[in-house]
Amino acid sequence: MSDYSPSEMMIVAAARALAGVRTVFVGVGLPNIACNLAQRTVAPDLELVYESGVYGARPRRLPLSIGDPALITGALSVCSMADLFGLYLQGGRLEVAFLGGAQIDRYGNLNTTVIGDYARPKVRLPGSGGACEIAIHARQVFIIMRLSRRSFVERLDFLTSPGHLGGAGERERLGMPGRGPQVVVTDKCVFRFDPASGEMGVVSLHPGVRLEDVRAEMGWAPRVSPDLAETEPPTQEELRLLREELDPMGVYRS
Amino acid sequence: MSKLTTMHDAIARYVHDGDTIAIEGFTACIGFAAAHEIIRQGRRDLVLCRMTPDLVYDQMIAAGCARKLIFSYLGNPGVGPLHAVRRAVEKSIPAPLELEEYSHFGMVARYIAGAYHLPFFPLRSYLGSDLPKVNPRIQFIESPYGDGPVAVVPPLNPDVAIIHAQRADANGNTQLWGLLGAQKEAAFAAQHVIVVVEEVVDEEVIRSDPNRTLIPGLIVDAVVHEPYGAHPSYVQGYYDRDNDFYLRWDEISRDEAATRAWLEEWVYGVGDRAEYVEKMGRETWERLRPAQAWSRPVNYG
Repeated sequence: MSDYSPSEMMIVAAARALAGVRTVFVGVGLPNIACNLAQRTVAPDLELVYESGVYGARPRRLPLSIGDPALITGALSVCSMADLFGLYLQGGRLEVAFLGGAQIDRYGNLNTTVIGDYARPKVRLPGSGGACEIAIHARQVFIIMRLSRRSFVERLDFLTSPGHLGGAGERERLGMPGRGPQVVVTDKCVFRFDPASGEMGVVSLHPGVRLEDVRAEMGWAPRVSPDLAETEPPTQEELRLLREELDPMGVYRS
Repeated sequence: MSKLTTMHDAIARYVHDGDTIAIEGFTACIGFAAAHEIIRQGRRDLVLCRMTPDLVYDQMIAAGCARKLIFSYLGNPGVGPLHAVRRAVEKSIPAPLELEEYSHFGMVARYIAGAYHLPFFPLRSYLGSDLPKVNPRIQFIESPYGDGPVAVVPPLNPDVAIIHAQRADANGNTQLWGLLGAQKEAAFAAQHVIVVVEEVVDEEVIRSDPNRTLIPGLIVDAVVHEPYGAHPSYVQGYYDRDNDFYLRWDEISRDEAATRAWLEEWVYGVGDRAEYVEKMGRETWERLRPAQAWSRPVNYG
């Protein structure tokens, strides 16, 4: 059996998607560790940008929130949120942004606002934060989410942050500067978006995962790439960096 | 002219029932000491504005201070939901709470419109999102220059902004470093500004580094010297974030009785912040002492 966890596979796959990228808008949790891993492997020139106003963070320890003081010490710049959203984001300076959510649909639209009816929600979620404008402006959006039927739904309860909306071409019609979601990395597989339809399709299965395992966790029947591949498993070096340097406490291992 | 006063007197003078209040500070420099004094003085029906309501508004809402919340991210950062806010919204405990929500950029834009005395501020957000459907104050207008629709949000002009910072002089010239959040915009948008600082310094200290002055005394009404006044949030260079407390609040705030007991012990049960600091004990402040990372001085000559 494999000597790594599905979470480690997910983090490694997300880090590899950042190959060659220079600026990434980071969220806490999984995106944060994936971006830090990418910086040490496939994207040495990567600068981490946080919506709290930090550009070029070099955190000495894993930050516990996007406002963690460890992000400020040694950063290239710390600016106001007006500057961060106005100059960096809306100014078109951010190549990739990581987003996630409680629900995602086939077009990569995300819900972080409510489960159920807005006025009488079953679960009140945190809301947009910066996600709504990040989804519009970042040149590309990468999504990390664990695959589950509760999250990968046919229909969102609320559309907080736009993906490809109703299909390919709709973002362009609305004049959105960013290209929208490009990749969805999960603990079972990787999806990429079909340019013709704007719909996500499975492009690689993590080792040991079958297509029916993926289908069982989704609220719709996903497209499958004709070139369906197996995700390259984590290398010893990737695992060493994760376990010894980035997450020695094993917070993100399970 | 010295604007130095006590937290008790600053709140008594500037914060009234029904006021619109902004205690800003993104993760860092959150004015908990001021919030606790507002709770002790029993203010009611406040409209609370903050990008991230955080524990500070969860506590004020649990204490029954608020009737409405204007925000952009509702959570205990890195931990989970805000249970007291949810109780108020879902069960009207201890009182009903109205929500008015934006994205982060939308909240910043509201403060900018307020500070610039503009009727609205444009931003390229909300396209395709359901947020404008549930908040009619988010509107779209056609650009008069012919490049399509642009979202607009109205000004937000709080009656009072409360800003926690590292240091100020007695006149309220305030220097803040680390995360800057939306404090400058919120302060300039507000009718009155209360500044709460870790240290009161001579005007000469401020003048030695004018680029670091975020808020000029010009717009400040009161200066309160309140060491550790932002705990359990952090102040860069003074104390670290008390992540243990953020986790513990998740436990406490799940239960209404436990929340009330906490407020009884740590807010109503202490006379002021100095007593809270004493009661927390030396080991807390030792645990939160940050590492040293000094900047190099620059030549302003």
